[in-house]
Amino acid sequence: MRKEFLHLLKLEAALDLRQRAAWGGMLLYVASAVYVSHLVLKDALTSTAWNALFWIILLFAAFNALSRSFQREDQGRQLYLYTLAHPRNVVLARAAYNAITMAVLSALSLLFYALFLGSDPLSHANLAQFVMSVVLGGVGFASVLTLISAIAARAGNGIGLMAILGFPVILPMLLAVIRSGQLALQGAPWAETGLLFGAIGALDVVTVALAWLLFPYLWRD
Amino acid sequence: MKQWWWKFLAVALVLTASIVALRTPLAPTLASASPTTLTAGRNAVEAIGYATRFTQGTPRVYLENGGEFIEAGRIEVKDDLHLTAHIHVPEGLREDMTDLIVATDNGQMRLFDAFYNPVKGTGAVEGTVAAPAPTERTGYAFPNRSLLYESIRNLNFHVPMWFTMILLQTVSLVFSILVLRKGRELHDRGAAQAVNVSLLFAFMGLITGSIWARATWGGWWTNDAKLNGAAVTVLIYLAYLVLRGSVSDPAKRARLAAIYNIFAYVLMQLFIMALPRMNDTLHPGSGGNPAFSQYDLDSSLRPVFYAAVLGWMGIGAWLLNLRYRMARIHLHHEQSSLR
Repeated sequence: MRKEFLHLLKLEAALDLRQRAAWGGMLLYVASAVYVSHLVLKDALTSTAWNALFWIILLFAAFNALSRSFQREDQGRQLYLYTLAHPRNVVLARAAYNAITMAVLSALSLLFYALFLGSDPLSHANLAQFVMSVVLGGVGFASVLTLISAIAARAGNGIGLMAILGFPVILPMLLAVIRSGQLALQGAPWAETGLLFGAIGALDVVTVALAWLLFPYLWRD
Repeated sequence: MKQWWWKFLAVALVLTASIVALRTPLAPTLASASPTTLTAGRNAVEAIGYATRFTQGTPRVYLENGGEFIEAGRIEVKDDLHLTAHIHVPEGLREDMTDLIVATDNGQMRLFDAFYNPVKGTGAVEGTVAAPAPTERTGYAFPNRSLLYESIRNLNFHVPMWFTMILLQTVSLVFSILVLRKGRELHDRGAAQAVNVSLLFAFMGLITGSIWARATWGGWWTNDAKLNGAAVTVLIYLAYLVLRGSVSDPAKRARLAAIYNIFAYVLMQLFIMALPRMNDTLHPGSGGNPAFSQYDLDSSLRPVFYAAVLGWMGIGAWLLNLRYRMARIHLHHEQSSLR
């Protein structure tokens, strides 16, 4: 079981890294969004707005990146995959790989963002906490959107449907990470942010558990 | 006929609760007093009541400051809603704020923190009296609270909508679990109909809530944790309907919709439970606001509210029952025309 999961994770990584253009696309998306914001908004951002804008960019980057998650293979390849491995392992491996992708992507986004939109708000911040909210937020987006992306892909309707289905269910996560980011920027003590991090982590566990529970019903025709 | 009893009951409950909710008078209360500052010596205080009957009987007026009571001397009753009391305020009152009490033959009214006391001392030097004996108000009336006033009646319309919506969504969840377990298309139709009816109640809840928010908080929509929860709920179920609309194969549609329904329902419930703890809400019972049960010490509102909740849930169940039966007939026709 664990061996199968690790194999699938490796497969995910190999398939994904083979598609360099996809990663380039994701990074370019973030870079363009950040650069446009820089052109329009530079010097006009309060700390709250800085934080909110960052999460909005990251949210759309997540939708963009994860919509490919289940559209990479065609029907036949997926069917083949599910006969080789248990579908629950497939969805767990994919959620794990998406989480890693989003963690990396959100860290890189933060770097771009701080470079172009100024890092002033970070100067009073508890930096470790902010980075932790960013990474946890990315992982959280990945865990919620993995199942949504699978549903949208099965419905045969790409990113449009995914945005419609995903937005309301990701809203709790978004509000929680915006709040934890805001607290981190104000330099709040760990006792305060820790509670939110716990809530985000619990939400991640619940969503992954639901994906694990529901996915076997999804892939069959 | 025999199996219809619950429909009659639901209609009767909704009608009774609605009429009682709209017709019951509010309990008399003090709305305001002027001036707002009392200085030692002679003061003429005007008290303005709401739903009061000052002309019946002889009202007595007291001030309370730090547990000490002072009784007014001469009282001029202008009409049912206005009276002027001449009070000799002693020096040395202990607290910043003084309460105004009007005791009538039919109950006692108190306006908390009615007056500011600019000079503080260690206790009144003269003229204190014993606390006025409490008298029970007779007659049936709704609690009369500042800010809420007449709008408290809306409790019997606004809240039952949300309770009914959650009930219908839970029914939809059960249908969706049945879809995954048994794979029958009828259950999918049932889940979709439950969502349709629940959205009707969600919109009625939004409308009644919006009107109430305008009256009490001053805006049609406020940034409030419960309102975010309501918005997410409506968006989730609209998305559910969009998802069902975008898949044409019935078996696939049933499964995808069921999976989304279960996923979204669990996340939504977590959100609604967790959110008021994260952000403040203006709603009663959370974020430091007292719950309605605390407002409603004489429990006049409670039976009406429970009747309204049960009645509206019955109406919701009836609507769902009709739509489910319609869906079954539609499904039967579709399947027989295929054969």
